[in-house]
Amino acid sequence: MIWLDTLIQGLLLGGLYALFAAGLSLVFGIMRLVNLAHGDLIVLGAYLILGIGTALGLNPFVAALIALPLMFLLGWLLQTVLLNRVLGDDILPPLLVTFGLSVVIQNALLEQFTADSRRLPVGPIEAKSLAFGSVSVGVMPLITFASAILVILCLNWIFYRTAIGRAFRATSDDSVTAQLMGIRPRRVFALATGIALVVATIAALYLGARANFDPSIGPARLLYAFEAVIIGGLGSLWGTLIGGLIIGVAQAFGAALKLEWQILAGHVAFVLILLVRPRGLFPRAHD
Amino acid sequence: MKNALGLLSLLVIVAALAVVPLFGLRALVQDLFMVLCLLVLALNWNMLAGFAGLVSVGQQLFVGVGAYVMFAAAILWGLDPLTGGLIGGLVAMVLSVPVAFFVFRLNGAYFAIGTWAVADIARLSFSQWQALGGGTGTALPRGAARDMPGVQLLREVLGVSPAAAVDMLTYWLALGLVVAMLVASWIFLRSRMGLGLQAVRDNPVAARSVGVDPVRLKALVFLLTAFATGLCGALIFIQTGRISPDAAFSVIDWTAFVIFIVVIGGIGTLPGPIIGVLVFYGLQRLLSDYGTVYLIVLGVIGIVVMLFARRGLWGGFTQWTGVNLLPLEHAPPKRPDTGIRRNTRSVHGE
Repeated sequence: MIWLDTLIQGLLLGGLYALFAAGLSLVFGIMRLVNLAHGDLIVLGAYLILGIGTALGLNPFVAALIALPLMFLLGWLLQTVLLNRVLGDDILPPLLVTFGLSVVIQNALLEQFTADSRRLPVGPIEAKSLAFGSVSVGVMPLITFASAILVILCLNWIFYRTAIGRAFRATSDDSVTAQLMGIRPRRVFALATGIALVVATIAALYLGARANFDPSIGPARLLYAFEAVIIGGLGSLWGTLIGGLIIGVAQAFGAALKLEWQILAGHVAFVLILLVRPRGLFPRAHD
Repeated sequence: MKNALGLLSLLVIVAALAVVPLFGLRALVQDLFMVLCLLVLALNWNMLAGFAGLVSVGQQLFVGVGAYVMFAAAILWGLDPLTGGLIGGLVAMVLSVPVAFFVFRLNGAYFAIGTWAVADIARLSFSQWQALGGGTGTALPRGAARDMPGVQLLREVLGVSPAAAVDMLTYWLALGLVVAMLVASWIFLRSRMGLGLQAVRDNPVAARSVGVDPVRLKALVFLLTAFATGLCGALIFIQTGRISPDAAFSVIDWTAFVIFIVVIGGIGTLPGPIIGVLVFYGLQRLLSDYGTVYLIVLGVIGIVVMLFARRGLWGGFTQWTGVNLLPLEHAPPKRPDTGIRRNTRSVHGE
């Protein structure tokens, strides 16, 4: 039964990774933008929730509700002021600008909040768990997993059932023709990044509630998230969820064999899948 | 003529740098050692990203492997660190072959993330190597660095302490590596292969249509830069004397800084990384009292350069003044000697 337990823990961990990855997947799928600051933006979100919660004496879940629109605004501004200027055929400029942003955010957080690890105080729910037969499952991981599914469902609904989503898909497939149809790619992009940061804030809530965080943990989270996106395939949100689950399960089994193998196992799964399918499992869009 | 001027100024700078250790000032020598090593890494990354179009975020892989193999050679096999460093560079190059087979299947952003993931795999794998201290790392045995060939000679000739002699030797080796990198890059980039490489970067379709094989050229650059990066990594950790997986495979130290140095200086030019490393060192010294503020400033400068002066400081300077030291272009071929040409020329009073 230990295997079943490991599998379930892995799937639940994968839910968190899918949350990290969902925003990234949206942005990457629509504008091929590699946002190397995504991990640090998640950490920034966690500090924002912590700050609002502490200042107003709110539970992190309520504080996150206030943080969501702020992060949307940040994403919208970021895209409009900065990232739209560097998008193009050359992948280097956006890569470098987001890399610079990553270093700036990371060190600004370090200056402001020191390197001490923090945690979002979610209250008694943190320690609760449910028993299913012989397997016991934490309530927080379960909520995280449910949120991941919900976020993917919402994003898919936006993507395939709304006018904005149609604009997203059209711009992703062929931005020149989309412009002929009256879509302004830059606005579409700004909206997409805003939504991506909303998802990042949800990820930040669970990141901070489940484990300690400090300003330096962004890049590692970014790497897991990117692996999930790439495994899943460009532009496929369900693919991203499955990618996240694969990384999570691989890490859980690695950790079960030997604790230090946790992260390694996730990376190895990523490499193996890419060796077999260089474009990921379920690519929707073409590069 | 311009070439001679550029060459002369470079020779003067190199000569000036070479005599710095003779005036004592160990702190300065150690500082400059790090600057020179960063310059070697920057020249290598510039070859990859600026000329071969391979935007790697995983060069710390080769730094770490070179350094770890050097440590293994010194601690486990009883070799001296310099020989160990050479082996480290070679192992890095050998390792780059399977890595290339994996990452060359990926394009653009996938390539960047792929190289990063591979470097992280190496970091985690090396932290399993218990003989070299596992996750916490280890130190070079006492005296290992002092037994390097040349250290004894330096001590006798200059009458300095063993530690100072080690600093001098590593410093000169780093300087030698910089010069070797510059010369090799310049010769390579002006050769048939280098021209092919730049043609691929500027227009892949056109380059292929005239018979340039992009994959072969890129693989060659990937292999050679892995060797030089591995050597440099070994050298850095001979001087540091201590190694840990997090330090040896640090994406910030060996890739992020290097990327900023190249971009700020001017990507795709040879003098660019030199200018970039000077800016980096200047910022570090200027803001050394304010903790990590220099990193924030570095990030902001990197962003500003990408937004407003994509060719970097050197690229902008060249464009503005027309001065170009170490030009990579060949002189245009002489005009064909046809009668018609001669006539039109004579009309213009030549």
